[in-house]
Amino acid sequence: MTLDQLQVGQSARVVGYLNDDEALLQRILEMGVNRGITVKLVRVAPLGDPLEVSLRGYQLSVRRSEAKLIQVEPA
Amino acid sequence: MSGATTETVDLETRQQAGDVPRPVVALVGNPNTGKTTLFNALTGLRQHTGNYPGVTVEKTVGVMRLDDGPMPAVELHDLPGTYSLAARSPDEIVVADVLLGQQRGSRLPDAVLVVVDAANLERNLFLVTQVIECGRPVVVALNMIDLAESRGVQIDAPALGEQLGCAVVPIVASKRRGLAELKAAVAAAVGDAVPREPAPIPLPEPVEAAIRSLQSFFSRRMEQLTRPVHRVEAMRVLIDRGGQAERRMLDIFGAELAEQLATLRASLASADVQLVVVEPETRYGRIGLIAERCIRRDDAEPRVTLSDRLDALLIHPASGSLIFLLLMAVVFQSIFVWARPLMDLIGVGQSALGGWIAGWPWLGEGAIKSLLVDGVIAGVGAVVVFVPQIVILFGFIAVLEDCGYMSRAAFLMDRLLSRCGLSGRSFVPMLSSFACAVPGIMAARVIENRRDRLTTILVAPLMSCSARLPVYVLLIGAIVVPQDRHWLGGTVSLAGLTLLAMYLLGIVVAVPVAWLLKRTLLRGPTPPFVMEMPTFKWPSLRVVGFRMYDRGKAFLVRAGTIIFAVTIVVWGLLYYPHPASIAAKYDQQKEAAAQTLAGDALADEQTRLDHEMQGDYLRQSALGRTGRFIAPAVAPLGWDWKIASAALASFPAREIVVSTMGVIYNLGSDTDEHSPELGATMKAQVHAEGSLAGQKVYTPLVAVGIMVFFALCAQCASTLAIIKRETASWRWPAFTFVYMTVLAYLATLAVYQGGRLLGLG
Repeated sequence: MTLDQLQVGQSARVVGYLNDDEALLQRILEMGVNRGITVKLVRVAPLGDPLEVSLRGYQLSVRRSEAKLIQVEPA
Repeated sequence: MSGATTETVDLETRQQAGDVPRPVVALVGNPNTGKTTLFNALTGLRQHTGNYPGVTVEKTVGVMRLDDGPMPAVELHDLPGTYSLAARSPDEIVVADVLLGQQRGSRLPDAVLVVVDAANLERNLFLVTQVIECGRPVVVALNMIDLAESRGVQIDAPALGEQLGCAVVPIVASKRRGLAELKAAVAAAVGDAVPREPAPIPLPEPVEAAIRSLQSFFSRRMEQLTRPVHRVEAMRVLIDRGGQAERRMLDIFGAELAEQLATLRASLASADVQLVVVEPETRYGRIGLIAERCIRRDDAEPRVTLSDRLDALLIHPASGSLIFLLLMAVVFQSIFVWARPLMDLIGVGQSALGGWIAGWPWLGEGAIKSLLVDGVIAGVGAVVVFVPQIVILFGFIAVLEDCGYMSRAAFLMDRLLSRCGLSGRSFVPMLSSFACAVPGIMAARVIENRRDRLTTILVAPLMSCSARLPVYVLLIGAIVVPQDRHWLGGTVSLAGLTLLAMYLLGIVVAVPVAWLLKRTLLRGPTPPFVMEMPTFKWPSLRVVGFRMYDRGKAFLVRAGTIIFAVTIVVWGLLYYPHPASIAAKYDQQKEAAAQTLAGDALADEQTRLDHEMQGDYLRQSALGRTGRFIAPAVAPLGWDWKIASAALASFPAREIVVSTMGVIYNLGSDTDEHSPELGATMKAQVHAEGSLAGQKVYTPLVAVGIMVFFALCAQCASTLAIIKRETASWRWPAFTFVYMTVLAYLATLAVYQGGRLLGLG
């Protein structure tokens, strides 16, 4: 599954990426969303988008379209 | 000892005289690391801002005094906050270019100071590892170390320095802790005479081989380059497909390089190497090892902090939206209400100053007096009067930004704004523009993506700013809603609703304009909304105070000089030609009156004659003539030449229309929007000539048309000047001026002609 499909409060391990948009993927990877890292969906904005995820001890906001590029495996 | 001091003083004198250039230290770091706070703490108010040539990146340079050592002071260059050296836009490549010494308008730095957020070390180290590879001596400032420790994160700074191969100094910039140690480390790095041999984090061998092969491609063609190509630059050309480094090199080498890159990338792809993935994974792999050795976390379970609880409240669908609305209402209200007494005070001061100067007996009654009182003082006053609003607004923005709320506001609003091609980050600039487009456009700096930032800047002036308010108030009160109606115990009124409609008009028009811009002139891929949500913290008074001071000053100096010049030009157009024959004619009439009348009747007659004389001067002034010349063009809007002249005169600043109307209708120019006389006079105006002769000039339909015109037209020299400054080109202010003026004309035409078709004329 992909990062945008997690439930609020659910944690998962990053297992791979979809290389649909190279520039976008690069930006997400540079922020530390890498294979093996545990990410948690903290909350969803009131209008359903973007998402707030926590990883490496900090909070990151990504749009659903961006979260779709990250493949995860729920812990 | 005394010898060393004398030497230091000598060097300082020579540095100040410019004989010896000061060493340059570049300041870099991720956003939200307290980089600006540290910059201010290190340089104080000894700083100045400009632009790097050719890009819209602000160049802020300050002087940092070093307390000891042979170097009295260094130049500190504050670079834009960035997460990575991979550049997708011309603005983003400035950081890498400065670090490699190839940015125009900047010298190769003697050292680089990297600020990192100690509580969020792993992600911050990504940039640090990239910066170290640029080959300059590096000092890492481990900022907000107190916050990290309070969250149970212990960092072994000496061990971290050993791992990275550079000095690491724990500091708390907002409390000025650790600054002396930091300065000493910077001094040592600047004085580092031994050339650095940076040990880059090795990428997998096939990638390294491709980078080497690119470097030799460039070094074989040195005659086409003015400089050798650094490994970091070659790496960016290879990895960032479609990025700025590649684009720039393709401009020089064309197909030859494109072919080389295609070959290298194809062979890497066949070896199963994903280029954009391999660099971050390698760096974070190394960072993980460093973190294992240098970071100790007290408890395995992350604590629920106050910040987490605040977030639960502030981004909650119900309470979050409510708090957001309340907060915006307070900001909005404060801009109107809190600024009012200060603005009134400035207005009073301005009138007093004008009156005082007008009273100088040796000034005479001629052009000089008019230039000083009506031109210089009125013109500068028109600018200064907005300073309270700007300072208050920037105080709010600084507080909200510094405590971390701004990222939450962007998070809440992103979905709504992305529908019309903007992003959550456009929200604050748009909101600010309701007070004044100038601070709104300045606030657009928080938008990293150039196209998003430009779109925001171009639609921001459509928001109804406070300068439109006098125009709305005058026309609604006198013409559109002469008899106000109230409902719900006086809380809702017809006049108030009309005013609200004018404010909504700007928003409603901005949506399709932004949408169109993003699909035509500013078309491009949707920029990512990958944004850090920083931890909440108490805003620093020092930071907030400095921002208010800095923005107020920038506004006064930059926009002030331009609006000042334009106001003088308008004054000239309203004053010249100024033939003595008109004054002579009225002097005769006044003398005649003096013989037949006396007392109050005489005074009234003299005032009437003065006003009529001003009207005569206006009619044949350059502006009056222009107004009459363009009258046929504005006739379809239902306007006569007087409205045309007033609209023309208000292009430098739209609120000028009220006082110009006052002059035109012979009431003297000290008219304000609450003056019942001006409204009554305007209401009584009838067309003197043409097909409408005998009919009223100001029907409600015409008045609504004028309001629509003022709502949409780019009548503000300060706004255009600030767009020029923020975009570093005349193209965008010119574009804004043309599109808004055309839009205003067409909308007014549609209102007037449409209204007549519906029988409302």
